[in-house]
Amino acid sequence: MAEYQNLFTRVQVRGPMHGGLPLPEDSWPRDLAPRASYLFGLIGEFQIGPIVLGWTGLASLLCGFIAIEIIGLNMWASVNWDPVEFVRQLPWLALEPPPPSYGLRLPPLNDGGWWLMAGFFLTASILLWWTRLYQRARAHGLGTHVAWAFAAAIWLYLVLGFIRPVLMGSWGEAVPFGIFPHLDWTAAFSIRYGNLFYNPFHMLSIVFLYGSTLLFAMHGGTIIATGRYGGERELEQVTHRGTAAERSMLFWRWTMGFNATMESIHRWAWWFAVLCPLTGGIGILLTGTVVDNWFLWGMKHGLVPAYPEFVPPVLDPLTTGGN
Amino acid sequence: MAMSKTRKASLLAIPLVAGLLGCEPPPVEVEQYHARGVGMEGVTNVRDIPERLAANQVPESPPPAAPGMPPVTAVYQNIQVVGHLDLGSFTRLMAGVTSWVSPDAGCTYCHVGANFADDGKYTKNVARRMLQMTAEINSQWKEHVGDTGVTCYTCHRGMPVPANYWHAPADPRMARGPVGGMPGQNAPNPQIGLASLPNDVFSAYLLRDDGIRLQSKQALPSGNRASIKKAEWTYGFMMHFSTALGVNCTFCHNSRAFSPWEASTPERVRAWHGIQMVRSINNDYMEPLSAIFPENRVGPQGDTYKINCATCHQGVNKPLLGVSMLADWPSLAAPAPGPPWNLPVDEPTSDPDPEADGGAEDVEVTLESDAGAEEAAEEPSEDARRDLARSEAVEPDSVIR
Repeated sequence: MAEYQNLFTRVQVRGPMHGGLPLPEDSWPRDLAPRASYLFGLIGEFQIGPIVLGWTGLASLLCGFIAIEIIGLNMWASVNWDPVEFVRQLPWLALEPPPPSYGLRLPPLNDGGWWLMAGFFLTASILLWWTRLYQRARAHGLGTHVAWAFAAAIWLYLVLGFIRPVLMGSWGEAVPFGIFPHLDWTAAFSIRYGNLFYNPFHMLSIVFLYGSTLLFAMHGGTIIATGRYGGERELEQVTHRGTAAERSMLFWRWTMGFNATMESIHRWAWWFAVLCPLTGGIGILLTGTVVDNWFLWGMKHGLVPAYPEFVPPVLDPLTTGGN
Repeated sequence: MAMSKTRKASLLAIPLVAGLLGCEPPPVEVEQYHARGVGMEGVTNVRDIPERLAANQVPESPPPAAPGMPPVTAVYQNIQVVGHLDLGSFTRLMAGVTSWVSPDAGCTYCHVGANFADDGKYTKNVARRMLQMTAEINSQWKEHVGDTGVTCYTCHRGMPVPANYWHAPADPRMARGPVGGMPGQNAPNPQIGLASLPNDVFSAYLLRDDGIRLQSKQALPSGNRASIKKAEWTYGFMMHFSTALGVNCTFCHNSRAFSPWEASTPERVRAWHGIQMVRSINNDYMEPLSAIFPENRVGPQGDTYKINCATCHQGVNKPLLGVSMLADWPSLAAPAPGPPWNLPVDEPTSDPDPEADGGAEDVEVTLESDAGAEEAAEEPSEDARRDLARSEAVEPDSVIR
């Protein structure tokens, strides 16, 4: 019985597991013997492993584990080691950065010291993982695009938690580790600096964020839609007539007059994704260092539409001799 | 038909989205506050409306006192704060206060049954201060309460202790050894809308004046050192406003620019006077009562229960939906002429009726705990102080332990 095999296929053809090409003499061995998983096969490749952990991977996992332990144990301690309360209040719990009064000095452990330590290990973990991404790409003879895309995200992370606090002279400017606390921090950040929505780099970041979802939907939709013609095998098809590749390109050309190519659509996607944290990070970096009130900055530069005023005008009671 | 399909789809989709965002689930009622199209509107959960209406009805007033009665001082002894009334108004007022504050325990919640003139119960002196406070609010704080004014019922609603109050937290840091320090936040508190923002915003703004304003008046940096943590304090306090009044930010503010007054609604001015009023009442009336309240009527730091926006407002932007009881109770509109009565020192304390409101134990307050309460009130909490400014504004040595 013929059944078409698409990206998401119910047919999992099991053969001997593929362990990969032989490694060079001096390399770290591949870990985790290959095995098959039906469940993973439903959402992707059914073969799990092997994995090249390398010393960077091992150190990254270790640092990440330490960071999460510091954060998690501090959260747990803050509810007096009560496991039920830990789960119940988890969205509210946080490991807060030092109070602003410490500036950039080293605070006591329980007054932001743990936060600094967790931040150090988390950053180490992330940078080690980046190194690993770069090395794996090189080892496979690939370009390093994925590593640089990840670096864009690391840029935003470092701006929020390290570069901007250092420029402002206070660890207290940084983001807490916590679910609701980091969201409330975000809102407080915008409130303090006069509404981040008037920050043009924040605007760009939103454009690239929403643009990324749009491109992702368009590209993903196109490839799945052409799956019945083997759309996922684009490179074999791209030069031929009537193939999935040609149909998908004609679909967009005849829909909107223009189409990306099989290669350029991925450049579109990569740049949109990378520019989202890149512009966002610039916007955060300028906030408080270069611009102190984005709404007023927007007024100055004609960004802000005028709203009708209240009649009689509302005045600051401090200036009108209030009680 | 197409419309109804769309509506069905959105009815399914909106609860999901709203649930994720923690918004009011539909159906909601939207009230426009300002010019159309600028998004300044109030959103009310229609399911809450009957409950809020029912919880904010005024009780019926008794008929006015018969005129031509003798002055109360000619009939009763030891009348300290309402001696200017005649017997009819006095009796009517006492009956009103009893029905508003202690309908179950009755007169003896404040009075010694055998001798109403006796000052043996601390509640009597509290009631005297509360009568003075009510008169002060109605006469001195019209910029907040207008001519609507307040009565005991505005807060008490038939309970000896109003439903909404605050006191200094037990241990704001909740520090436990070397880990798990909570700098006064990240614990869900219904009074600030369950946000992860600083919890004890009341000490900072409704007892002390730690400064609510933080946005710069210039676009570019010009020496404003307010930290993001300070913004979290202000934000937490504003969440209290929103929760206590059942309104959005846009009731007072244009949320595109919170700080400029010219962009705000007139309600913001009224709210500003409200903050001054509550701070003044807490300092002048509530906090000094710590000295005479028994232990079951004070917080863990020995400070008495104090008022915030919710004490009067109770979920609506106009307490009791804006219906004025004061018109029926002229004796509460202005203080008694002459020098004001003051709280006597060294008052004996005893709980009049512990069973009437929760059965707490009658415990005398010692002098030591009084002193502690005074200190707690005057000293800014360390957390608040450290968060409210950056290093320049606070002596570094004072914070390192």
